[in-house]
Amino acid sequence: MKKAYLGVLTLGAVAMIAATFVSNAFADSDFGKYAVGDIRSGYTYMTKESKAIQDDDFENPAMLWLEDGEQVWGKVDGKAGKSCASCHGSASDSMKGVAATYPKYDKKLKKLKNIEQQINICRTERMGAKPFKYESKQMLGTTIYVRNQSRDMPMNVSIDDEAAPFFAKGKAFFNGRRGALDMACKHCHEDNAGNYARANLLTQGQTNGFPTYRFKWQKPGSTHRRFRGCNKNIRAQPLKYGSDEYVNLELYVAWRGRGLPVETPAVRN
Amino acid sequence: MIRKTLEARQVNRRELLALFGAGTVAAMGISLAGPALADAKSTAAAIAKVTGGKSAAAGKITLDTPQIAENGSTVPISVSVDSPMTDADHVKKVHVWAEGNPNPDVASFHFTTMSGKAKVSTRIRLAKTQNIISVAEMSDGSFVMAKSEIKVTIGGCGG
Amino acid sequence: MAKTKARVKAPKSAKKGEAFQVKTLISHKMESGQRKDKKTGKKIPRHIINKFVCTYNGKQVFSADWHPAISANPYMSFFVKAADSGTLEMAWTDDKGKTMKKSTKIKVS
Repeated sequence: MKKAYLGVLTLGAVAMIAATFVSNAFADSDFGKYAVGDIRSGYTYMTKESKAIQDDDFENPAMLWLEDGEQVWGKVDGKAGKSCASCHGSASDSMKGVAATYPKYDKKLKKLKNIEQQINICRTERMGAKPFKYESKQMLGTTIYVRNQSRDMPMNVSIDDEAAPFFAKGKAFFNGRRGALDMACKHCHEDNAGNYARANLLTQGQTNGFPTYRFKWQKPGSTHRRFRGCNKNIRAQPLKYGSDEYVNLELYVAWRGRGLPVETPAVRN
Repeated sequence: MIRKTLEARQVNRRELLALFGAGTVAAMGISLAGPALADAKSTAAAIAKVTGGKSAAAGKITLDTPQIAENGSTVPISVSVDSPMTDADHVKKVHVWAEGNPNPDVASFHFTTMSGKAKVSTRIRLAKTQNIISVAEMSDGSFVMAKSEIKVTIGGCGG
Repeated sequence: MAKTKARVKAPKSAKKGEAFQVKTLISHKMESGQRKDKKTGKKIPRHIINKFVCTYNGKQVFSADWHPAISANPYMSFFVKAADSGTLEMAWTDDKGKTMKKSTKIKVS
């Protein structure tokens, strides 16, 4: 077992050599809209067969969940007798730009909020309806539907003013070592993006396509599901869905992907 | 893209379990402590059952598969048989097997003269790198066969 | 299969005797029967869609037998050739005998 851990720990040591391989990869290919300078979408690391599944709106399995979201949007739910559409009208108008700019600072909460949290704020405070659970069909469907309205818009979160201290916390989390393997997000997703960790091709860990249909999950999943999984993999305590730490991390990671197009719902390994 | 494998040796299942937990690999629908994986022999037996021991020629049938599937849970494949699909000359059935899965049976497709084309695409689960075999039953009682190797890298990282 | 979602893509019109492509996608876990429950250690029972049938004006055009090796949220595309206008009906049946149906009309000229 120790041997296996050491193998992963040597990732850090290989970082220097890894950098040259990553830059060589950039010189070779044209990623079109899926890369902005050195910033690369996870799309650019996928096989052509997997890309084809994302590119086809009929064939993309996550679109089945988007259909669910579309239904939720128009469905009256809760004591106030409202649906999302009652206040927001057509999602393609009202939700345009949301995915590109979330998470954002909420004056009432005095902290950041992500889309899932905003959905539940609307449901509980304005609709008098029950909140959706993370990873539920309704939450995934609604989040996918809302974020999809910003598809192809460049990620453009604000890290200034009130968001600044939360951005700093997210950045610290990304760069902070944790868990039994004593690794930070950056060790895989910055130092070794483009390299292999065992059989996995490491990407930059961008979130522009979330909720993402992962072949591994055989269904779509949120960024928090992903964060929890990554934390478990390095033997760190996974934090709760909707935790402040993860929402702060979401802002930092969204900023890391600035300029990348919103791809929701993306298809990944 | 230049590949830099940090650990070139095969990942054995104990290490997979230790590093990433049984849940991760189990989610692929693969049993780690379950029945032995099928092999060429048991697949050949399944094929013989279909052909009744008759030989299946190569040609006319094309298996379109990716060379490498990074995740074995969702591998797109396509089978196509060159046939006019008329009453006199058509494909009756196309079968697909995965030699290295716990159970080699993948699917059987039944065509009619209303199919127009004997071509079908779907997505399959592969437990590991292995051969996919497809046999088509023709209306004249003959069989044609195609085989394709798909490399499967089962990940384990990233939640 | 009450919560299951299915979609079909076929052309609205086609030429007589000319094969057209039909694409299908359905949400289903396709529980293989190989997975073990993390808590109890017991095998999660198999529950898959095992049969797909496509009919045109009531006549079977194409069908498929699926095994657990078919991926979750199964996608399948195939071809149909029609002589007259009519209704293309898709039916997915699972291990529990439940059927999900989806149909679409094709104009043939």
